[in-house]
Amino acid sequence: MVKKIWKGFYIGTIYLFLYLPIFLLIIYSFNDSKYRGNWNGFTFRWYRELLRDHTIVSALYNTFAIAVLSALIATIIGTAAAIGIYHMSPKAKTVWMNITYLPVLNPDIVIGISLLALFVWMKMKLGFLTLLLAHVTFNIPYVVLAVLPKMYQLNPYLEEAALDLGATPLQAFFKVILPEILPGVITGGLLAFTLSLDDFMVSFFTTGSGVNTLSIKVYSMTKLGVSPKINALSTILFVGVLGLLAILQRRANNMKE
Amino acid sequence: MRKQWLSAPYGLWAIVFSIAPIAIIAIYSFCSRSPYGNIIYEFTLENYQKFLQPIYLRVLWRSIILAVQSTLICFILGYPIAMMIAGSGSKQKNIMVMLFVLPLWTNFLLRTYAWMVLLRDQGVINQVLMALKIIDGPLKLLYNHNAVLLGMVYNFLPFMVLPIYSVLSKIDSSFIEAAEDLGATNFQVFARVIFPLSLPGVISGLIMVFMPAVSTFVISDLLGGGQTVLLGNLIQNQFLVARNWQFGSAISMMMITLILITMGLTAKYQREGGRQLW
Repeated sequence: MVKKIWKGFYIGTIYLFLYLPIFLLIIYSFNDSKYRGNWNGFTFRWYRELLRDHTIVSALYNTFAIAVLSALIATIIGTAAAIGIYHMSPKAKTVWMNITYLPVLNPDIVIGISLLALFVWMKMKLGFLTLLLAHVTFNIPYVVLAVLPKMYQLNPYLEEAALDLGATPLQAFFKVILPEILPGVITGGLLAFTLSLDDFMVSFFTTGSGVNTLSIKVYSMTKLGVSPKINALSTILFVGVLGLLAILQRRANNMKE
Repeated sequence: MRKQWLSAPYGLWAIVFSIAPIAIIAIYSFCSRSPYGNIIYEFTLENYQKFLQPIYLRVLWRSIILAVQSTLICFILGYPIAMMIAGSGSKQKNIMVMLFVLPLWTNFLLRTYAWMVLLRDQGVINQVLMALKIIDGPLKLLYNHNAVLLGMVYNFLPFMVLPIYSVLSKIDSSFIEAAEDLGATNFQVFARVIFPLSLPGVISGLIMVFMPAVSTFVISDLLGGGQTVLLGNLIQNQFLVARNWQFGSAISMMMITLILITMGLTAKYQREGGRQLW
């Protein structure tokens, strides 16, 4: 019994440690005071000012546009790559897997500066396109690593059966193979999407002037004096994630029933 | 059509955007610098020699110390949590895991910024302590070594808990029952059965905390306030402020080496080589 109380206390403390900062930001987002020390009453002012701040709104747009596009491109290239790698000889497989682990093990800051060096060397203008290329680069390996295990679970005769029954190779892929590996493809795509959404390091080095993502915007705001608008922004994002999770959880529960 | 060719677009992409950039950095790290800071393609070891100056070695040492400290603290805090989660009922389990993943989905910079709000002189912690008359003046909580350490532990703790949990939850309970039947005490069961079986998860956790900790520049920048210069800050500074790309490249190569050494040291403990994310 005592042991159980200790356990609960320990877990409670750790969760408090994890969530205290987040809840604090949420509370302060409703505080009608520019100086975070004291509570001056409830307000929605920071939310209104946030929506009027077009640099934040455009950063939000860039963040989601890059996350969606990079996840989509990475999912297509990565899934094709996983299928190809599955059909390779063991020796070629090892080489390809090592290449795949490269961006996973390489620290983000090195990915960032090395891509910056590449883009400058290629005389590319830093901005939306370079950001997108960078995000696709660190996203593809995660898709490959998510899809590959599904390929190994696949019954190797499935495709042959489809072909024997008169399906074209394309039909066999879309009607037989893809539905089987779809969970891996979706996991990989979602992982890519979240990684892209949360990235700061790589974006910081590969973007040009005027093109911000949310992380970069927050970083520059913490440098140039902090406005309570950041608190409002964090609250919206946190509630958004929570809502998304609730929807996913509900769908998962419905599917079980 | 040969199916291997489906990998071709990825291969091309990897060569251009993964391998070539690292090759460029590797070349730059051996290049000389013109009086105006431009890159001259002449072989030199100058950039690496520069790194051996005491001021930079101190940065390297500080980065390693902070990374090791935060990794150990995450391990000590995280292992019991992973065990508790793995040992709870299936419905509770899902919620507890979700609660660890959720912070990862809120922006990393916002979470770190929240600690600035908590720790500053007029911050919540100081205000509460002063209101309770525990202290007279505000404590200097922000902009020091411990603040950076706290930020690292806070941000990277889930990376330790999740891989350990995923290994622990897959341990066949009959092993534990067998050990108990054969007269092992609780501690023996843990030390001789559970812990050895959880090692692959522990290693994943150690790597997943050590790597971002040794390469970060954001946490040290925000919570260390320029007082705590780490390898990451040095690289960022050389690339964006000092514009000495050759030296920045050399530091990056050192960082990659550091990580490869860590991976090499832990590789033999990691069975089947499968690195899992969570």
